[in-house]
Amino acid sequence: MNFFAVRAIYMFELARSRRTLLQSIAAPVISTSLYFIVFGSAIGGRMTTIDGVSYGAFIVPGLIMLTLLTESVSNASFGIYLPRFTGTIYELLSAPVSVFEVLLGYVGAAATKSIILGVIILGTARIFVPFDIVHPVWTGIFLVLISVTFSLFGFILGVWADGFEKLQVVPLMILSPLTFLGGTFYSIDMLPPPWRTIVLFNPVVYLVNGFRWAFYGIADVTVAVSLGLTAIFMIVCLGVIAWIFKTGYRLRG
Amino acid sequence: MDPIVVVSNLDKIYASGHHALKSINLEIRRGEIFALLGPNGAGKTTLIGVICGLVRPTAGSVTADGSDIASDYRAARAKIGLVPQELATDMFSKVWDTVSFSRGLFGKAPNPAHIERILRELSLWDKKDSQIVALSGGMKRRVLIAKALAHEPRILFLDEPTAGVDVELRRDMWAMVRRLREQGVTIILTTHYIEEAEEMADRIGVINKGEIVVVEEKQALMRKLGQTTVTIGLKQPLRTSPSDFGERPMTLSEDGLTLSFTFTGEGGEEDGGVADLVKRLAAKGVDFKTINMNRSSLEDIFVDLVGERS
Repeated sequence: MNFFAVRAIYMFELARSRRTLLQSIAAPVISTSLYFIVFGSAIGGRMTTIDGVSYGAFIVPGLIMLTLLTESVSNASFGIYLPRFTGTIYELLSAPVSVFEVLLGYVGAAATKSIILGVIILGTARIFVPFDIVHPVWTGIFLVLISVTFSLFGFILGVWADGFEKLQVVPLMILSPLTFLGGTFYSIDMLPPPWRTIVLFNPVVYLVNGFRWAFYGIADVTVAVSLGLTAIFMIVCLGVIAWIFKTGYRLRG
Repeated sequence: MDPIVVVSNLDKIYASGHHALKSINLEIRRGEIFALLGPNGAGKTTLIGVICGLVRPTAGSVTADGSDIASDYRAARAKIGLVPQELATDMFSKVWDTVSFSRGLFGKAPNPAHIERILRELSLWDKKDSQIVALSGGMKRRVLIAKALAHEPRILFLDEPTAGVDVELRRDMWAMVRRLREQGVTIILTTHYIEEAEEMADRIGVINKGEIVVVEEKQALMRKLGQTTVTIGLKQPLRTSPSDFGERPMTLSEDGLTLSFTFTGEGGEEDGGVADLVKRLAAKGVDFKTINMNRSSLEDIFVDLVGERS
């Protein structure tokens, strides 16, 4: 195990975020706060409770999930795409490091950032709306599991992308819509009948509901399914990454 | 002699179908400076890429200091340092950080004293807290060299190290290469400046169209393939070439005032050479006013070998 290499990559990636503190931490916190002000305080005050949870509190898990997904993917994808773009990847490819060590460094750093961000947003939310977490341990497990899984996915995206546009497209055009339509702002029961079924094909619905269950003990779907889906997605991502390194796809000539 | 890098039957065919390396066999000796010459597209960078782990070979094997680069990549790569041709740097990192990063990446425990020594040797010490983006091209090149040396490699690859580099840096760099060799580091470099290979290298390999054309001690290469041309300016024009000069090829210019002799080998000294020639001319009563000797450079040899300028 090349411990020094893992540490070097991990610290390098965290240093990159420190250099861009405004973009990495402040921007997501500000935009999430705006959601809380608009939906939680302004509109939420006029809405009834959902399964006994105030609307302001109801949207907290979904909004944290939105940040976790988009930030994990963009952090991890950018982390590995940047050296490919600038050419500094030669050093990583010529270094005595295994796939596992590379992942530990890049994905570990990206997931760490997402988790820190999730906790900050959780704290920020608490300022705007009062709520209590029913299953704090499960909240932590979901936080870590989802950050790691989507950082793995981001890593794949960063290896696959051959331009900055592709890097932006997936978080903006796929993850954001899926999250918005995935029950962040509403319970599935609030939808008209055909949509209740259609929406079940959106994987993010299971993530948001699993996370919300950890918060308030309420969910539209079974929690085991949420965990199972996340685990499957993680295994698929790991499989793809193993394949990438085995074949050298887009990394080695 | 004990080889440190052994390349056996190495083949590389890119996905595009380009056959970049054709059954390359090459041994690099421990502690030598080896210059790899070849025109653009000859396969120099691909060969270095395979040895360093950037390019996957289609067939064949490579060992570095006894370790196979595929099955024992950790041991092999830990001993190799690479200075790439392109100026690829983490623009926003600081010099000190990026060089320390390289050391860690190659699995070595932090050693600030070593990093300081490298930065001082490369005249980067007063730039250690500068962001790389603020450095000139030459300084960036120094940073890349510092990164490659951070983990104390035993084998150093320099891919076109002096391309677009100013005179001062080039001089510094060669001084450093010599210093490294004294410390027992094996150095493999590619260059477009043949006179540099001529000055620096112990052995020279020429690669063309994916094949090794020749690998030879520099002196032996010069001796074997070099030529010396002696041009003699005559006082009186000759109508025909003088006879009795053995097998030596000789030409007389049209105006009959210039005689040219060609010696193969480094100086033509072995067989009495120029001195013998002059005596014979004098004995024949051929009077002359100038003698000009012109040794073929490595560049001429190279051109003969690959049929084009590098």
